[in-house]
Parts: sequence; structure tokens; C-alpha cells
Amino acid sequence: MPMTMIAGHEVSVDDEGFMTRYDEWDETTGAALAAAIGIEMTDEHWDAIRFMRSDYQAQGATPTIRRLSTVGGMDTKRLFTLFPKKPAKKMAYIAGLPKPAGCV
Amino acid sequence: MKNLLILGGGTAGSIAANKLRRRLPTDRWAVTVVDSDDDHRYQPGFLFVPFGTYRPDQVTRSRRRYLSGDVDLVYARIERVVPDEHVVELSDGRRLPYDALIIASGVTPRPDQTPGLLGEEWGRTIHEFYTYDGSVALARALSTWPGGRLVTSVVEMPIKCPVAPLEFAFLADSHFQERGIRDRVELTYVTPLPGAFTKPIAAKAFGSTLSDKGIDVEPDFMLMEVDPERRVLVSYDEREVPYDLLVVVPVNMGADFVAASGLGNELNLVPVDKQTLQSKAHPDVFALGDANDIPTSKAGSVAHFAIDVFVENFVEYATGRPMTHAFDGHANCFIETGHGKAMLIDFNYDTEPLPGRFPVAGLGPMSLLKQTRLNHLGKLAFEWIYWNVLLPGRPLPLPADMSLAGKRTDLLTTARS
Ligand SMILES: Cc1cc2nc3c(=O)[nH]c(=O)nc-3n(C[C@H](O)[C@H](O)[C@H](O)COP(=O)(O)OP(=O)(O)OC[C@H]3O[C@@H](n4cnc5c(N)ncnc54)[C@H](O)[C@@H]3O)c2cc1C
Repeated sequence: MPMTMIAGHEVSVDDEGFMTRYDEWDETTGAALAAAIGIEMTDEHWDAIRFMRSDYQAQGATPTIRRLSTVGGMDTKRLFTLFPKKPAKKMAYIAGLPKPAGCV
Repeated sequence: MKNLLILGGGTAGSIAANKLRRRLPTDRWAVTVVDSDDDHRYQPGFLFVPFGTYRPDQVTRSRRRYLSGDVDLVYARIERVVPDEHVVELSDGRRLPYDALIIASGVTPRPDQTPGLLGEEWGRTIHEFYTYDGSVALARALSTWPGGRLVTSVVEMPIKCPVAPLEFAFLADSHFQERGIRDRVELTYVTPLPGAFTKPIAAKAFGSTLSDKGIDVEPDFMLMEVDPERRVLVSYDEREVPYDLLVVVPVNMGADFVAASGLGNELNLVPVDKQTLQSKAHPDVFALGDANDIPTSKAGSVAHFAIDVFVENFVEYATGRPMTHAFDGHANCFIETGHGKAMLIDFNYDTEPLPGRFPVAGLGPMSLLKQTRLNHLGKLAFEWIYWNVLLPGRPLPLPADMSLAGKRTDLLTTARS
């Protein structure tokens, strides 16, 4: 498993740079990951990321966009504005969670 | 006497009822299936109805006839499961008690989930082929269609038979060639996935088949709404795809009674253990077939392989022993590519579809991820196998566990690097 330095911490990541250990993440790390993909975090961004992490902890899987909207009450169109183009993937990256499993 | 209640008498419910009836002693277990009507549809046939290669009356048979005589069949709509009381409520007011419950109510296309689909143009310029009525209406529309922009659009994953929309696009290409109007038709495939399929090696193979056939792909397209007046698909990131005829695969969702019973996730799918198919919330509830949330394709073949394993576990469960068998996610799907040929994929939770050969006892090897005539014959034979081998729960000469024999496993490492 490759390691990398993010915001002064050494963390484990997969081939695509997604963090692989839930507990190695904190909000400083999240902000650094966001900056790396050109996203400046606002309160609205953080609300979404925090929901994602708590849902992951409860369910054991990275939530889908549908879940963020039906369970998390987030507006899908808004998520596309906050995390342009590929919100589910970008949010998982920032939240230090596994890439959403490509459905089968 | 104990009651095993099976909700839904489609592919999975029928296979499970017939297999378990043979394995559970009749003086100790009653087996009852509930479904709303007697029309068992062969859903893979819905792909061929729009092109006139299957007649509509060819895809329906009697549910009762395909259930063993000592399985009870109750015709009613299921309203709700009350897990704490171990009771199922039906629309006619009956309450059926259970000792063990199998949810096998599948998924259905839900055009109501996407703004702009249901309206004046539904059944005119906007169609689907995931239901009996939809495939019949589309057959009528296609037979007189003069040409233009035909868009096949997958709204959201997961859907049952995730290769079916690709097959539709491939068959449309050969259909219009046969009618001599291919040059008047523009074909576009719109998908929320980054490519033609979910898994990389198959995605590449299907992607090049699409481009060989002159079918454009619009990837990463998360459909927000359809504007039926301007005839465009609009994505959340504000891209637009114009069409003259839209063939959509709507969001697929589990039954509403699953949600009403508090048993479902955000798509009304029942969260289960992926090896035993036992509900994560209630140990006396299992979910088989499309109704569960296991991370493999939703397909009749998967239901068949999964139930092979499930039956062994259930027999243990019914006698109070621990369940010792594990389903590996095995899926096996033919992909019609037109002109009398098809491809084949075979995979499970851990191994993505790979090229190579697929040994079939008594028949010889079939080719994986390659267009051959033999694969096409396999796809057509599946109809006979479905009614005569799968549903009655007879043994198929294919093991439930996926086998690596013949597969190009060397590609796994190169694909990842
Ligand atoms: C176009 C198309 C092509 C396909 N091609 C293939 C293929 O080539 N190969 C393959 O393996 N699979 C294919 N499939 C997928 C396959 O048909 C399904 O995966 C399979 O039928 C799933 O079985 P199931 O028992 O889970 O659901 P179903 O067979 O859909 O059965 C569900 C049953 O539950 C009943 N039900 C639901 N809700 C209620 C309620 N509230 N009250 C009473 N009854 C209810 C329904 O009436 C239905 O009979 C295809 C599907 C489609 C749509």
C-alpha cells in the first residue's frame, strides 16, 4: 500500500490516491485533499463531507449520490455545483473514503 | 407446522420455492408464494420484442404451472411486512404469519423518478423496454420509425441486466441495417458510468464494439431531467443530448412494500449479508434475486447461482444449525451484439469479466468477451433453459461457484498497473 504526505501527515492511499484508513483523516487533511483537486472548502462543503463520513461509519460503504440526496437531504444539483463534474468521486476523495464502488 | 413465505413468484421466488420444497419435509414446513397475478414474464425476451424477433405472446407463461404442486400460491398485492410480529399484510386484508421470510419481489423501472419522462410524450417519442407493455409499445414505434437520432439512456445504476441497454443499442444498429436505413439513423449511448460498463476490461471490449458499430457514447452523464418539448436530455452538470426517439432505462427500484416495512435502503433494496443473503436487520428474513443489495449484477443467472448456495444454507438454518455455505457473486451473461452473434461474460465479487474460454460440460468451450455465433445460440437457448431447467430448479451443468479455468487471469495484473 503506497504512503503519501498530506498536510504534514503520512497517510496510506490506494493507486488513485484515495485514503485507505478512516482514522488517518482529519479536517486539515480533508482541506489539503480538496485544495489538491481545486476545491476551496466552505461550510456547505463541510456539511456534505461530514455527512458522508458519518454515513460511511454507520453503513460501511461510501454513500451514493442518491443516498446523499434521499438520506442526507442534499440537493443533487447543488452537489454538482460544489464538487463539479464528478461529485461522488470528488467527495469520497476529500472525505478520505474509498472511491464509490462502480455499480455492477 | 412452520411457514416459509416467499414474497414474489418471479425468477428467484419460483426457483427457491421449487428447490426448497424438495428439501424441506412436507410435514414440518409449508411453502407459500405470494404474487399479484399469474403472468410470469420471461424478461430477457423484452430485449427482442421491440425488434420483432420475439412475439409478445411468447414471453408470458402461467406462474402456477411453473411452481411445484405442493407449493401454495396466493394471488394478492403485498402491502407490508411487520418483522416484529412475523406477519405479512396483503391488500385484501389477509395477514400471513411466517417462521421464515424470503423477499423475492425484484426491481421495477421507475420513470416517475426522473422529471420529464412521464407525460404526453411517454410512449410516443419516449420509450422503455424493461416492462412487457413498454417493449410492446416500442416495437410499434420502431417498426414505422423513419430514422433520426435514437438515444439509449441509462438513468442510474444499478439496473437489472446491466448489459441489456448495450444489447439494445447493438441490436438497433443491425435492425436499421436490415431495414436499409442505417445511414439515416444516428445512434447514441448515454450512461452515468465513465465508460460502456462497470468493470474496466469488459468496459474496453464493449466500448470498442460500440465504436465499431458507429454508436456514439456520452459517458459520465447523470441525467437530471428530460425536456420532452425540446427533445433533449439534460445532465446535472448542464450538458444536453438531443434526440428524436429516446429509449430510456429508468431508475430501477425495489418494491414499495419493502420501503413501507422499513426493510429497504434508498433504492428499496434489502441490505443482506452478501454470502448468505440473510437480512442484516432480521435473521428470519432473506432477500433473493434483484430485491437484495449484493454487489454483483442483477440477473436471472445470479439468482440461480445464489439460490444453489442459499438452499444448502437454508436447510441448515431450518434445523437450527449454523449456515456454512458462501455465495461468491457468480454472474454469467450473454450480450447480443447483432447479426446473429453475441459475447459472454462470467465473473464474481472478486474477479471482473475476463477474456478467454468458458468450458461448458457436454458442449465445449464458449468464448468470453468475443462475438461468436455459438454465444448467440447460447443466448437463444437460455429461454428454453429458463423454463425447463432454471425455474423447476433442476441441476444445470454449471457449478454455482465461478471457475477461473480458461480465463485470461494474466490480464488482471496488467489491467491494474
Ligand atoms: C430487458 C431485460 C433483459 C434481461 N436479460 C437477462 C438475461 O439475458 N439474462 C439474465 O440472467 N437476466 C436477464 N434479465 C434480468 C432478469 O430478468 C432478472 O434479474 C430476474 O428476473 C430477477 O428475478 P427476481 O425474482 O429477483 O425478480 P422478478 O423476476 O422481477 O420477480 C419479482 C416478482 O415479484 C412480484 N411482486 C413485486 N412486488 C409485489 C407486490 N407488492 N405484491 C405482489 N407481488 C409482487 C412481481 O409480480 C414479480 O413476479 C433481464 C431483465 C430485463 C428487464
